[in-house]
Amino acid sequence: MVRPAAKIEIRGLSAAYGDRVVLEDVSLDVHEGEILAVIGPAGAGKTSLLNCINRMSDMIPGMKVEGSIRVDGREVRDFRDASDLRRRIGVVFPLPVGLPMSIFDNVAFAPRMGGMRDKKKLAELVERCLRQAALFDEVKDRLGDLGTRLSGGQQQRLTIARALSLNPEILCLDEFSIAVDPVTTMKIEEVIKELKQHMTIILVTNLVLQARRLGDRTALFLDGRLVEVGPTETIFSRQTADVRTFQYVQGLFG
Amino acid sequence: MNGALPFATTDVTRASRRRESAVRGLLGIVTALLILPLLAILGLLIRHGAPALTMDFLLTAPAAGMTAGGIFPTIVGTLWLVGVSLAVAAPIGVLAAIYLNEYAGDHWGTRIVNLAIVNLAGVPSIVHALFGVGAFVLFLHLGTSILSASLTLAIMTLPVIIASTKEALAAVPMSFRQACWVLGASRWQTIRHVVLPNSIQGILTGVILQVSRAAGETAPVMFTGAAFYLPFLPQSVHDQCMALSMHLFTLSTQVPGVPEALPYATALVLVGLVMSVNLTSIVLRSYLRSRRKW
Repeated sequence: MVRPAAKIEIRGLSAAYGDRVVLEDVSLDVHEGEILAVIGPAGAGKTSLLNCINRMSDMIPGMKVEGSIRVDGREVRDFRDASDLRRRIGVVFPLPVGLPMSIFDNVAFAPRMGGMRDKKKLAELVERCLRQAALFDEVKDRLGDLGTRLSGGQQQRLTIARALSLNPEILCLDEFSIAVDPVTTMKIEEVIKELKQHMTIILVTNLVLQARRLGDRTALFLDGRLVEVGPTETIFSRQTADVRTFQYVQGLFG
Repeated sequence: MNGALPFATTDVTRASRRRESAVRGLLGIVTALLILPLLAILGLLIRHGAPALTMDFLLTAPAAGMTAGGIFPTIVGTLWLVGVSLAVAAPIGVLAAIYLNEYAGDHWGTRIVNLAIVNLAGVPSIVHALFGVGAFVLFLHLGTSILSASLTLAIMTLPVIIASTKEALAAVPMSFRQACWVLGASRWQTIRHVVLPNSIQGILTGVILQVSRAAGETAPVMFTGAAFYLPFLPQSVHDQCMALSMHLFTLSTQVPGVPEALPYATALVLVGLVMSVNLTSIVLRSYLRSRRKW
């Protein structure tokens, strides 16, 4: 069996905010069409990893990145305009951020910034993304209302719809459930399973069991280092390569 | 269980309540005192100036060696000065603030610029006036003209416009910018479509407040473009003009035999102008705040 070429290849990645090292010598592959769950306690470097992949690190004052990240074989630091990279990678932040504009405009924002003007196409796109994010039925009669006035759970799904608006090949979710009620969390988890058909997903999560439910593979980070990555069933078994993995997923520390 | 009931009033709570009302009263009285000077000034101006404040006064030129007639040319002149200085200072100030807040990182270069802005805002207006004479009237050969005076006013108001605009931009949550950037929007697209539409209220308020400051200043226009008396209205920015603030100074100190009501009425017009500009800014701010989107 030929192993598929990795969608994202990370080699020797280190990152620091000023003197504070947040990632140290991380090497990791993310395969096409999988859900890679990334777990680890706060400060493990999970969010920094995402910031490096889509070069948001450029926008963070004092953040230094070393090592190599290739998306589809292309070095991310070689993108002259990081926007070209970011348009291919959807990102959902921990706290929902509805932009201060209508629900429709929230989802249409990125395509418009990319030059899409056709009203009919935009309307179709917005509906498709809202449906994919399991939000359309709740908001279809008030697409002109402010996105910031939705409830937290709805705003988080709006953020997902927005992240889908550019048809990204990669979707990064950063602890999306942190400010969302359990019912919405389960709704979004269903959405994620659905989206897996179309894209590669990196799911950073503070909920170990969420990683177990959704991850094809799971990676554990501790203090900026990758401890172990492997099939989720291995990570959650007794046969972990590193004893800390077993201890962490069993909740012996956190 | 000890004997005291859970919600009982004790000596300590009684004393604390007395102190509370004493402090509240003191703070209230001090605050109320603030209104007194304003009421006193307005009262004085209205009592002495209102009788002379007629349509004629507003719409005719001074006559009989300033001892009669109205103040029309000075109102026109002040509008020129404020308008031209605003046209220069507002765009430059807002653009500089956008650069400083949205593009420039935090390093020694921007710190020096920010320090310069703070200090420039603290320079006394008479110093701005002398700079204006040296730089615009003499060095750039603009002569004593509306242009020189307006540029001097612009230099004076610029640092405050920059500071207030920066503050308005910084009030837009960083998370909005990040949300735009991860969607592949450029910095300018983010500023144009998200940051500016949501900070425009603060920016306008800051700019308008500087309009009223520019309208009231005397020193910066006195040596650079405002004339003691002119028999005609300015036709272009290269002419001199009269100005309300300068005219008030002239009437009060430079001309003998001016009827008492004239300077008071002039002052009333000036104060009224400044207050109505400020009121506009307050109304505008509350209107825009009611449309705030988060």
